[in-house]
Amino acid sequence: MIKKKTALIGGGLAVLAGAVMLGLVIQANSTARSAVADDVVRLADFKATDAALIKQGEYVMRGADCAACHTAKSGDFAGGYVIGTPFGDIQSSNITPDREAGIGNYTERDFFNAVRQGQGRHGLLFPAMPYTDYVRMSDDDLRALWAFFSTLEPKNHKVDELAGMNFPFNQRLLMAGWNWMFFDNKPFAPDPAQSPEWNRGRYLVDGAGHCAACHSPRNALGGPIAASALQGGLVGTWFAPNITNDPHQGLGDSSVEQVVDYLKTGSDGVAVASGPMAEAIENSTQHLTDADLRAIAVYLKSLPGKPQPVPAALASTDARMQRGGQGYEVHCSACHGTQGEGVSHMITGFAGNKAVLAANTDTLTSVVLGGAKAVHTHTYVTGAGMPAFDWKLSDSDIADILTFTRNSWGNSATAVTEQEVAKMRKQLGLPAQMRASVQ
Amino acid sequence: MAIQRKKADVVIVGLGWAGSLMAEELTRAGLEVVAIDRGPWLDTATDTPPAVDPDELRWSIRRELLLQPGEYTLTFRNNSGQTAVPTRELKAFQMGKSVGGAGFHWAGMAWRFSEWDFRVRSATLERYGAAKLKGLDQVQDWGITYADLEPFYDRFERIAGISGVAGNINGEIRPGGNPFEGPRSREFPTPPLKDSRLMQMYRDSTAQMGMHPFYIPVAHVGSAYVNPLGVSMAPCTYCGYCMFHGCGNYSKSSPQACVIPALMRRKNFTLITQGYVTKIHKAEDGKTATGVSYFDEQGREVVQPADIVALCSFTYDNARLMMLSDIGKQYDPVTQTGTIGRAYNYQTCAGAHVWFEDETLNPFIGAGGLGIQVDDYNGDNFDHSNLDFIGGAGLLTVSREGMPIGRSGLLPPGSPRWGKGFKQTYKDNYQNYGIIFGQGTSMPDRDAYLSLDPNYKDRWGTPLLRMTFDWNQNDRNMARFIEQRAVDIGKKMGAKHVHTFNSAAKSWSPYDENSNHTQGGMVMGEDPRTSAVNTYLQSWDAHNVFVVGASAFPTNAGYNPTSTVGALAIRTARAIHEKYQHNPGSLV
Repeated sequence: MIKKKTALIGGGLAVLAGAVMLGLVIQANSTARSAVADDVVRLADFKATDAALIKQGEYVMRGADCAACHTAKSGDFAGGYVIGTPFGDIQSSNITPDREAGIGNYTERDFFNAVRQGQGRHGLLFPAMPYTDYVRMSDDDLRALWAFFSTLEPKNHKVDELAGMNFPFNQRLLMAGWNWMFFDNKPFAPDPAQSPEWNRGRYLVDGAGHCAACHSPRNALGGPIAASALQGGLVGTWFAPNITNDPHQGLGDSSVEQVVDYLKTGSDGVAVASGPMAEAIENSTQHLTDADLRAIAVYLKSLPGKPQPVPAALASTDARMQRGGQGYEVHCSACHGTQGEGVSHMITGFAGNKAVLAANTDTLTSVVLGGAKAVHTHTYVTGAGMPAFDWKLSDSDIADILTFTRNSWGNSATAVTEQEVAKMRKQLGLPAQMRASVQ
Repeated sequence: MAIQRKKADVVIVGLGWAGSLMAEELTRAGLEVVAIDRGPWLDTATDTPPAVDPDELRWSIRRELLLQPGEYTLTFRNNSGQTAVPTRELKAFQMGKSVGGAGFHWAGMAWRFSEWDFRVRSATLERYGAAKLKGLDQVQDWGITYADLEPFYDRFERIAGISGVAGNINGEIRPGGNPFEGPRSREFPTPPLKDSRLMQMYRDSTAQMGMHPFYIPVAHVGSAYVNPLGVSMAPCTYCGYCMFHGCGNYSKSSPQACVIPALMRRKNFTLITQGYVTKIHKAEDGKTATGVSYFDEQGREVVQPADIVALCSFTYDNARLMMLSDIGKQYDPVTQTGTIGRAYNYQTCAGAHVWFEDETLNPFIGAGGLGIQVDDYNGDNFDHSNLDFIGGAGLLTVSREGMPIGRSGLLPPGSPRWGKGFKQTYKDNYQNYGIIFGQGTSMPDRDAYLSLDPNYKDRWGTPLLRMTFDWNQNDRNMARFIEQRAVDIGKKMGAKHVHTFNSAAKSWSPYDENSNHTQGGMVMGEDPRTSAVNTYLQSWDAHNVFVVGASAFPTNAGYNPTSTVGALAIRTARAIHEKYQHNPGSLV
């Protein structure tokens, strides 16, 4: 780093930096790769007939989980799904081939630009659309996706995507700068030192699968923190856990088969998905082939993560553990088992469940306070329910019970505080514990 | 002007066990199905989670899961000479108020009827001759045998995850099971729960008396279980809050726990809640139905056209809707002609409350149907040659009586009922109470039937159903006999007090709560002169109307009806998608 600089040198550097920056902005927003795509035929005027290509496109759509965000009450792919961000609410767009409300006027090249570089016909997209990951998708996969979208029924449902965004964050042009700072506009580059399976896994995880969208932490401007990739991130009131091979909080103790089982059925026999991951499994991963799920697992398990020192388990004689143990027995054990064993593929087990041990306890506190619905998949259709305990338990009751589950049956993690629960209660807008009134 | 909905392949009225099992079969076969339930949507984990389920006051005493008489009732009289009046409290019959019907709050005993129960008339004639049926001229066979229904019982048990011990697999009698049961094709899908102390005592005493005790097949899963529809269930925790309660642990089988999760994910299934069906529409020729009318949540009249109408709306409304729609000929007790409303039957109960000394029964460990039964005096498992009745009862004990409020009334006769004395007596007896319950057969009678009430109407202006029923002499005699057998067992068990009960000792009343099993009125059979539906529960008078439920039972067995309802529903649905839809017309 330069510690001293003269005005002259500084000025020269500024010009140079300006030129470099301009170049980088241009590079970050370059759509040169899209030249392979047709720029004449509009989506509304085109209907793919190649059945194999359409089927491949549907598979790519599943892997990219387009339906999760672009489908709301308005119908399949008609948009209107609200995504909360720290900068306001953004609504997903209508991506059916409707000329007015959807992407019917897009050419294949427009489509490539939008999916991979976040450049729509109406301006720059916000990274709520994960073009930052989709950028790694191949031309072949995009062509198939284009063919699939041509088969959708047009829906005339207009969406004002930025209506809920605050100034200045509703300015699309800002994204050019954001892209310069955070968007790595490069195609997927296979690592020849790794197996084809590993490379396929990485292509899916870092590309269409956009796992980082939830599982990587973000900085204050919503940009990814590369050094902590896939080590856990926040999604609303949920914490998307560490999915690197970290032995304490990640996948270190899970086999490839268990990861595959989780992505295919919603559970590895101990953890059961709920919240945003339940949606991802229902709409996306359960539709993937076993080979692709295996590739994903192999890749994730190759990531070392950044293991932290493991906290010592609290002693069972600790007052919080004693209270928590009693609370657990009364309120939790009927379903989750007296040994934290849960019910395989139905009710979450806590013993050996790494997601329970994360330093961030948002998922734990929000699920106990507000309840949750487990995933339902083709293999297991039930989608068991976790009841809300906001009315029945106090913040300190919940903190003690969670502390107990995090430090029993071989688990060890930091204690959960009453304040953490109180903060989540406030975030969820839930009233205080119900109390018998004395008159 | 009524709102018209898009035509469906099948409209199902009522989404309890019968309706949901029908819908499961039919949608899986690709048919477009619309189900209409008069109740709201209720689900186990959201409405009765473990956090609120053990609320005895709310569910067991106030019975919030039950249809209230302000929403639905019927009129009652003991015989044709009386004027019926509306029933103001639903005790002798307990309808569910929501989707899932009574299957949501049931206790969970999941019996198959015996081979004899399907052919009471033929079997009685064969063994005892015509004289034995004197005064029982309406007793008739079902038109199907146990063997015909076995594959469908099996399917129901797999879907519901029934826990039990087989007593007879393909004719081989097995230890620990019921040696009197009809042959099963295989073992139960989930293992038995553990015996309570009371159950152990009952096993020991009845075995010493030469009887054959066995674990009651029950809808509380004995282990984690995934059913053939991919629905998961969790092991029962013996909390004891089953009867009148929902099960938030996914341990008690119900339409919500076992069928509806799969059903709701099928695109060819639609559920309309809070739709009150008042009529089946007939085609111009009067020989088929074209759909149903219902009042929706806002009180608007809606027409749901369909190629097939399946009534699955509980015994009473199955008969009532047929009458309101003028399909078939209503039963006339004077001429004994007509079939709609004919052969209503109930369940004849007798037994004993028993109190021990210095026992530790821990009654708070229990489940709705967790018990032991002997079938030595059920059906025709014993010689009736020198007895003045046919039929009998299963004699059981059950461990579900630990609830603090409900138990406070179960004290030995003469106990103080308030103050310090009451408290002490309750304390002394809490660990010492047991029940011996005889759940018996019920035979049809010419003056036991269902009809439309001429005076009372519901809020939509449609007549209430009128029930005319009393115990007949056969059933009274049977109950007296069973009452004594309960005394014998109680004494053998070493009870200090044995206090009998006999529901048939006085006239039947809707305010007596012995059993809520209510059957008949739209009975099945082979003869259109004596049955309202054929053996596929298909109306003799409109071939695209199917009437499914316990309303089809021509006679009642000494068992709970649910599994038989389930098996009949699956059998009917299969006949519809395998045969009827390809070639509409009579299936027989």
